[in-house]
Amino acid sequence: MIQFELNGETVTSNSPPDTPLLWVIRDELKLKGTKFGCGIAMCGACTVHIDGNATRSCVTPVSAVENRAVTTIEGLDSSEGKALQSAWIEEQVPQCGYCQSGQIMQAADLLTHNPDPSDADITAAMNGNLCRCMAYSRIKKAIKSAAIGGGA
Amino acid sequence: MAMPKRMQAISRRTFLAGTAGTTLIMGFGSILPGCSSDDAASDLAAIGASKRFSPVVWFEIDGTGAVLINIAKAEMGQHVGTALARIVAEELGADWGRVSIRHVDTDPRWGYMVTGGSWSIVTSFEMLSRAGAAGRTVLIEAGAEILGVDTIQCKVENGNVVAGEQQISFGDIVAQGDISRTFSDEELAAMPIKPAAERLLIGKQTAALDVPDKTSGAAVYGIDTELPNMVYAHPMIPPTRYGSRINSVDDSAAADIPGYLQTLQLNDPSDLIQGWALVIAESFPAAIKAADAVKIDWTAGPTAAVTEAHLLAEGEKLTADVTNGTLFVDDGDVTAARKNADKTHTATYRTGSVLHFTLEPQNALVEYVDGVFHIHCGNQWQSLIMPFLAAALEVEESSIVIHQYYLGGGFGRRLFGDQMIPAALAARELGRPVKLVFQRDADSRFDCVRSPSVARFDASFDAQGALTGIDHAAAAGWPTLSMAPGFLGTGVDGNGKFDSFSISGADHWYTLANHRVRAINNDLAQRTFLPGWLRSVGPGWIGWGVECFMDELAAMMGEDPVDFRLARLDAAGKNAGETPKSIGGAARLAAVLRDVAERSGWGAQLPAGEGMGVAISHGQERAQPTWTACVAHVAVNADTKKVTVRKIWQSIDCGTVVHPDGALAQAEGATLWGVSVALHEGTAFENGEVKDTNLDTYTPLRMADVPELDINFIASTEFPTGLGEPPLIAVPPAIGNAIFAATGSRVRDLPIRL
Repeated sequence: MIQFELNGETVTSNSPPDTPLLWVIRDELKLKGTKFGCGIAMCGACTVHIDGNATRSCVTPVSAVENRAVTTIEGLDSSEGKALQSAWIEEQVPQCGYCQSGQIMQAADLLTHNPDPSDADITAAMNGNLCRCMAYSRIKKAIKSAAIGGGA
Repeated sequence: MAMPKRMQAISRRTFLAGTAGTTLIMGFGSILPGCSSDDAASDLAAIGASKRFSPVVWFEIDGTGAVLINIAKAEMGQHVGTALARIVAEELGADWGRVSIRHVDTDPRWGYMVTGGSWSIVTSFEMLSRAGAAGRTVLIEAGAEILGVDTIQCKVENGNVVAGEQQISFGDIVAQGDISRTFSDEELAAMPIKPAAERLLIGKQTAALDVPDKTSGAAVYGIDTELPNMVYAHPMIPPTRYGSRINSVDDSAAADIPGYLQTLQLNDPSDLIQGWALVIAESFPAAIKAADAVKIDWTAGPTAAVTEAHLLAEGEKLTADVTNGTLFVDDGDVTAARKNADKTHTATYRTGSVLHFTLEPQNALVEYVDGVFHIHCGNQWQSLIMPFLAAALEVEESSIVIHQYYLGGGFGRRLFGDQMIPAALAARELGRPVKLVFQRDADSRFDCVRSPSVARFDASFDAQGALTGIDHAAAAGWPTLSMAPGFLGTGVDGNGKFDSFSISGADHWYTLANHRVRAINNDLAQRTFLPGWLRSVGPGWIGWGVECFMDELAAMMGEDPVDFRLARLDAAGKNAGETPKSIGGAARLAAVLRDVAERSGWGAQLPAGEGMGVAISHGQERAQPTWTACVAHVAVNADTKKVTVRKIWQSIDCGTVVHPDGALAQAEGATLWGVSVALHEGTAFENGEVKDTNLDTYTPLRMADVPELDINFIASTEFPTGLGEPPLIAVPPAIGNAIFAATGSRVRDLPIRL
C-alpha cells in the first residue's frame, strides 16, 4: 500500500509499486484528466506535478511518490495554473484537447519557476509536449498572456 | 469527385415540429419511403422521435427557452458543434447564451453519421439554415396566436417573438403551446433565409462550446470511459495485417502476474481481424505486463517481407505503363500531343507512409447486455463501421449502439472503427464489459496509414516550347476500395473504378488543352496493409506532385511560378465554376494566388540559401472547392542541408466563414500539419509493417519547429465550403518549390530529406 497526497488529499494505492503513476491516477483513483499518449515520456499528455515539478506520470512508478504531493489538472489551483486556464479559454487554445491537461501542467511548472519567460524559454519548456492538432502558436500566446496577466 | 450518392440529400424533405411533454421538438430531414409526414408528426408527439423520418438535425426548446441542438458530427478539435449550432440559431433567432449542444449516439433517427472530408459545413449549411428558418416560422405562428397579432407583424429577436411593443419568449410559447406542424419540401424551399448582411451569429466571433471542458480536464474521451466489472484487453497484433495465423500461445510466464486472467484468441467471422489475440487482465498495467510475458507463435501472412521500396517500385512499374488505370480526366488528346511533341519532360513524384498518430490511442469499451452491444468510443464514421460490426458479430445493426465521446484526434484514423470488433467479440465471449486499449506501438502497427504513392507526369511541348499536354498517372493503396467499395467512382469513359479519395486534386483548375489523369490501384499496398484516409486525404499527396510539377514546368519554360499558374487559371470552359459551391471557378483560385503573392512580397531578392515557393489547391473536391494559395519562405543550410521554414503565408477562400476563430484554428493546425508531413514526420514499411511506432523515431512537428504564420481569409458571402483539411494541401509543395528556389535542386520525394 502506497500513501501519497493527491490534489491536497491523502490517498492510498493498492497497486504494485512498479505501477506507473498514470494508471493509478486514472484507473485506481478515477481522475481522468491526465492522459495516456505515448507511454515513453515523449508526448507530455500524462504530465502531473510531483512536489510542484512537472513530471511524466507514464514512466513514474507509484512507489516514487510515496509521501509526496501529486497535483493533476483537476487540482491545479495555483495562481499560475488559474491564469493559464483563463488564458487557454481566452485564446481558444484547445482543438481536440487531448494534450491540453499536460500542456497546462507543463506551462504551470514553467511560470512557477520563471514568471516572465521569453519566447525561447517557452519553447524550451514546452517542446516536449506534443500537440497533434498543432495548436502551438496559441499555446505560446496563452502562456505569454498568462505570464503578463499574472502580474509577473 | 461528387460526394457518394448515399450521403447526398434525399428528396421529399420535411420539417416536423411537435410538442412532446413540455418540450418543442423540431426535426428537419426526409420522410422515409412509404411513410407520411403526418404519421411522423404523431410519432414525434408520442415518443419524441420517429423512425419514419431520416433527419439532418433535431433540436428542441424547453419551457424555459433553452435550445438544445443535437449534433450527429464528431467533435475532434474542429469545434463542429459550435459552428453547426450557430447556423441553426442564426435563422431561429435564438439567444446564443441559451443554446447548448449534445453529441449523440448512433440511432437510425440521426440519419447517416459521418464526419470527414471537410464536409460538415458544406453539406449541412443549407439544410441547417432551412431548419432554423422553419423553426422560426413555427414560433412566430404560435407566438402571433398567443399575442393576438398577425404573423406579418412578428419577427424574432434574441429568443423572443416580437410584435411592435409586445413580445413573448420562446420558452413561454413552448410552455403554452401545443404545437404540431409539418412543412413540405415546397414550403421549405420557399422559406426565407436571412441575407448575409443581416446575420448576427454566422461570421461573428464566438467562443467554442467545447473549449472550457478541454481546459479543466473534464472533457470525456472514449479512453476515459469505464463500466462496472469491466476487464482490460491488450491487443496482440499479428506480424502482418492479413493472413497471419496463430500457431500457439504460451502464457506460462504471465500466470503469476497479479490480475492476469487469460489470453483470448479471436475468431472474426467477417475476417477483418485476422490472427489476433487479446491479453485480458483486471487492470491495464497488469495487461501490459502480461502482454510482455505472453509468447505467441504466428505464421505470418504472405506480405511479411514487404518494404517501402517494394511498394514504391510497384507504383513506379504501374505508372510507367500507359495502359494502366481508370480514366479520371481525359481532356483533349494527350496521345496526339505527345506524338506531335517537339520536346517532352517526365518526372516522378513519390510520397512515403504517414501515420495518423492520434494522441488518444485507439480504444473501445464494449458491454454486451440483453442482446445489444453497447460500444463506447469516439468515432468519425459510425455508419461505415456498423455493417462491419454486424457481420463480425453476426447480429443485426439494430443490436449495436455506438456511444459517442470526444475524439482525442481524428485526422481520418477514426473514420474506421475496426478496433471495436475485437473488443465486442471479447465482451460477448467473456460475459463482462471489455475495455480494449492500444499502447502506442500497437496503435501505430494497426494504423491505416496514408499509403506510399507514386505519381508520374509526362509533359509535351511544341516546337515553340509551349506546353501542349500533361499525362498524369497516380498509384497508391486505395482506402475506399477496402473500407467503402460502394463509394468507388466509375471512369470518365465508363470503364473501371477509381477511388476519388486517392485521385481528387488531379482534376485541378488549370486550363490545359490536353490533359489526362489515370488512377491506379497499387495492389501490393492493398494486400500489405489497410490504406487509410489521412487529413487532406488524396489531395494531400496528389497536390505534392501536381504543384511541384507545375513549378518544374515553369522553371523549364523560364516563367515565374506565379505568372505561369495565373496564365492557366483563366476560368474558361469547365473551369468557370458552378453556382453555388464552386461559383467563380478558377478566377477565385487566381484571386487567392494574387493575394498571397502580394502579401508575401513574392519576387523579392533573398539571401543565398533562401527561397520562396508557391503552390495552390482547390481543397478536397472539385465540386465543393476551398480555394487556397500558399507561399513558403525557407532557408537551407549549405553544410547540414537542414531546411528551416521561416514563414508561411496562406490565402484562403472558403466562402462564408461560419465560425471565424474556429476556422483560423483549423487553418493554423492544417498548415502546420503540412509542414510536419513535408519535413518532420513519416515512416516506411519494413518486414510488412511500419517501422516507426512511437515518438522516439516518429517525429511530428514540435513547438520549436513552428514557423511564423500569416493566414488571410478572403472576405466572402458565397456558399461556405470545408476547412479542416484544405489548408494542408499546398504547404508541402510550396516548401518543395521554395527549396528549389533556394538551392536549384528539385525535390520529388515526400517527406523531404535532403
